[in-house]
Amino acid sequence: MSERAQDMQIGDVPVGLDADAGSAGIVRTKYVTFDEAGRTLDLEGGGELWPITLAYEAYGTLSSARDNAIMVFHALSGDAHAAGRHSANDLRAGWWDVLIGPGKALDTEKYFVICANVLGGCSGSTGPSSIDPATGKPYGTSFPIITIADMVDAHLLLLDHLGIGKLLAAVGGSMGGMQVLELAIAHPERLHLAVAMATAARQPTQAIAFNEVGRQAIMADPNWRGGHYYGGKPPFKGLAVARMVGHITYLSDVAMQEKFGRRLRDIHDYSFTFSADFEVESYLRHQGLAFTNRFDANTYLYITRALDYFDAARRHESLVSAFRDVKSRFLVLSFSSDWLHPPYQLKEIVGALRATHKHASYYEVTSHYGHDAFLLEREKMEGVIGAFLGSGARTFAAPG
Amino acid sequence: MHRIDYKLIEDLVPEGATVLDLACGDGELLAELVREKHVHGSGVEISEAAVEACVGKGLSVFHGDLDEGLADFQDGSHDVVILSLSLQQLRRPRMIVREMVRVGRLAIVSFPNFAHWGVRAQLFFLGRMPVSKEIPYQWWDTPNIHFCTIRDFRELCREEGLCIEHELYLRSVGAPPPARPIAPDLMARIAIFAVTRC
Repeated sequence: MSERAQDMQIGDVPVGLDADAGSAGIVRTKYVTFDEAGRTLDLEGGGELWPITLAYEAYGTLSSARDNAIMVFHALSGDAHAAGRHSANDLRAGWWDVLIGPGKALDTEKYFVICANVLGGCSGSTGPSSIDPATGKPYGTSFPIITIADMVDAHLLLLDHLGIGKLLAAVGGSMGGMQVLELAIAHPERLHLAVAMATAARQPTQAIAFNEVGRQAIMADPNWRGGHYYGGKPPFKGLAVARMVGHITYLSDVAMQEKFGRRLRDIHDYSFTFSADFEVESYLRHQGLAFTNRFDANTYLYITRALDYFDAARRHESLVSAFRDVKSRFLVLSFSSDWLHPPYQLKEIVGALRATHKHASYYEVTSHYGHDAFLLEREKMEGVIGAFLGSGARTFAAPG
Repeated sequence: MHRIDYKLIEDLVPEGATVLDLACGDGELLAELVREKHVHGSGVEISEAAVEACVGKGLSVFHGDLDEGLADFQDGSHDVVILSLSLQQLRRPRMIVREMVRVGRLAIVSFPNFAHWGVRAQLFFLGRMPVSKEIPYQWWDTPNIHFCTIRDFRELCREEGLCIEHELYLRSVGAPPPARPIAPDLMARIAIFAVTRC
């Protein structure tokens, strides 16, 4: 296994300038490539993938007993950059900067917090836009279909590489929450605490439907060319539309009404054309466009496929039997206005855990932000998450 | 303060039982049960701050509203279901008692006895809704919306087909119960009932 030269130190968070109090500071994405001869990653769908590169970031310091590691799993459009900034000029911090940093719920003074880009991603980890060493060209849609289970297996490669036999905690929302559940079920000995939020034990029908709309938009774009568009014009229009649809599912009726209303953008009256008269139209177009600057269309197809295939009970008789062998304690959070993963889906997870007498707590955050709430509602979440991690840390025994 | 009512409830809970504590507050009783009786315990609680306190104690807790019932809990899934000094705060106390004996084999309910002589005295002599150390609220600003008496609760048990396994009486949460209770309907400020389906 080889590593890019300058990115070697575990727990290396360079001291840097940062105006934010409680920030993880200036951080660097690290890359690890797993390419040992004779090894491979067997995929749930039957294929295999090797070598594999993973991009990750780490904040805080790993304890000598290796008993303070928390892995954070990102959602569909996330990446390894969960906290801090890459440079002092960055306008935005990592996607979960509200929760990760000194003194925050995932306190980097106490815990070693890791976030890796998922397998199939386009932000440094091996995915359809990565070069296939067999051909010297990007995989495109020759990339095998990957599942949440495959993403978790790839994460374990990283944890083994970092010498972490058992995580203190795994924390994730949405697709990140699915990875938490999969890890707890498939690898019970590797995890002490599981925090899953704004997610479900199996992808709900409505979510599959929205993902299919997004995929159809991409595949209908003439520039998609069956997924082999690298080197030419990518299917930006299709990807932008996919993002627009997805983005709406992350908001709520109330939040959109408050944020945009029926306000017109810079004009006094309707233009009686199809241009973006309404602020919300302009906002969505901008969201779509900005997304195409940083996200790969094929990755969108592969990751939504993994989401839709996710069913924690798939290799078991039922969700209850799937949870039978879990060893971790669970904290499951829902958000009242999340209509992509409403509270009943999180209660289903807790209900199945209770049926097997597992240690599980359920907490509902009242919020009008919709599905996005899990990225935003810092004050409403940090208390219970911090309390869960703190009390769990006291009962944690890392493997020798 | 050392809670005698908690001690009495603990004595009623078998060692190693599966326990559900409704309106568990910050988890003090549940934590004691886990510690002293090694129960497999969890709680239900509506207040965010209290749920957080339970989680901080390492307890399993379900953030929920008891007025919606216990729909998320399976029949006979627990050995013991406890409702400590909260019956009178629920919108649907009768429904909850019914749910308790559906979900658990043994239901333990403790409640303030509204027929206590001090309450009767304030109503009879002063013509005022009682305000006391145990019930410190004014009538217009109280969470206690469904008070009952010991006799009321016995009658409820009869109507619901519940057998009373134990009846215990306290003058206060801090003082041990009298060896021989005299006129508990009048003298007991707090009653603890352990009931099962007959």
